[in-house]
Amino acid sequence: MSFVSVQNISKCFGENQVLTDVCLDVDEHNVVCLIGASGSGKSTLLRCLNLLEKVDQGEISVDGQLLTNGKVDVNALRRKIGIVFQAYNLFPHMTVLENVTLAPRKARGMSGGAARERAYELLRRIGLEDKADDFPDRLSGGQQQRVAIVRALAMEPKLMLLDEITSALDPQLVSEVLNLVRELAESGMTMILATHEMSFAREVADKVCFLDAGRILEEGPPAQIFSDPREPRTRAFLSRVIEAGRL
Amino acid sequence: MNAVLHTFFSPFNFRVALPNVWAGFQVNLKLMVVAEILVLILALAIAVVRGLPGRGAAPFRALAIVYTDFFRGTPLILVAFLVGFGFPALSLGFISTRSNFTYGVVALTLVYTAYVTEVYRAGIESVHPSQRMAARSLGLSYWQSMRHVVLPQAVRRVVPPLLNDFIGLQKDTALVTVIGVGEAAYQAQAYSQNYANFTSYVVAAVFFVLLTIPLARFTDHLILHRERRERAAAT
Repeated sequence: MSFVSVQNISKCFGENQVLTDVCLDVDEHNVVCLIGASGSGKSTLLRCLNLLEKVDQGEISVDGQLLTNGKVDVNALRRKIGIVFQAYNLFPHMTVLENVTLAPRKARGMSGGAARERAYELLRRIGLEDKADDFPDRLSGGQQQRVAIVRALAMEPKLMLLDEITSALDPQLVSEVLNLVRELAESGMTMILATHEMSFAREVADKVCFLDAGRILEEGPPAQIFSDPREPRTRAFLSRVIEAGRL
Repeated sequence: MNAVLHTFFSPFNFRVALPNVWAGFQVNLKLMVVAEILVLILALAIAVVRGLPGRGAAPFRALAIVYTDFFRGTPLILVAFLVGFGFPALSLGFISTRSNFTYGVVALTLVYTAYVTEVYRAGIESVHPSQRMAARSLGLSYWQSMRHVVLPQAVRRVVPPLLNDFIGLQKDTALVTVIGVGEAAYQAQAYSQNYANFTSYVVAAVFFVLLTIPLARFTDHLILHRERRERAAAT
């Protein structure tokens, strides 16, 4: 079975059907990119994967563990699955270092010293070691988002979910975040990205899924999706993206 | 004019009344400190209970709402009568044999906990849901997220309104004079009855004002400081 296996999941918010019969398989060490217009269900799909949202129907399993039978230890599961949001969501009352060490200390029971050591190592990797004692509001958007990624990595997750993590950034700050994601991909991290960065998706993805109105309309290797999409809707979406100069 | 000066601002009476009123005011200070500490703790607990999720917690939420509604709506002086005269009348051992001071603390705490619960609750609700979501998605439990992420931000935000409520509490410590707590207003009243002069009340007022002004200025300072910081963050 694949590392992440999503079978026929559906999800409603009241009257609004946001996911319909979605199936998705992700192998370990693979990178999957979800593309599609805003409101097509990309974020909801990611949130269902770490149970921030409950699915109405269908099954999800991650790393051989079934998530949708209601018996799973949510907190234990989320320790294995990192998620990074569009709005960074760093904790504003904590320093960068405290942001990164909080979950390892409290949720994994790591000692303060070990957690700090690990945090410094990660911060060094992204070149923000000297910001360890700063509060998030002293950092640029790109720096904050990289700290958010590191905060998730500090839990040593087996799967990373990235939810449009560059959408809130000034254009000149996007590349520093994408470079970090690229590094992660190269290190073999299993990742699912919801993204509007088409050229980046084309470059790092093993598989691209096009979502439209809560369904995965088309999926395949990036070369095929971007150069030779089968579905007219995929084609229409991509041509609008090209028009906007984003591909 | 002379009558006014003599009745309210007689230097002689001021000097004579001062020691007794000061002794009484020390009781006010004790009432304040004990009640404020209890209020801070109890109100936080009740505010957290009011925010508990899930159907199982519904009775606790309801209880918290009934409590805050009742004690926010009841004048402190009535609560003081109910506790100060009612509890001893119960003849219930421990509950009925406490000192008037203790009953005063209980009355103040009951009423002000209801106010401060609402202050905390506003603070908790002002923390953006994405903060809680970020904490939960890192694998922290509901309580861990509350303790380390939501409450620290909530409490920081409500310090100024909290201090305002404490200014109110400090003044209201004078109300428990009605159940015979020998605090400043009580001593001032005793003096005025013995010497037919009301300067003793002014003495008590001076003590309260001297205590309140620094706290009020400090609260203003905090609010201003916060506004400046927020304006700086917005640019």
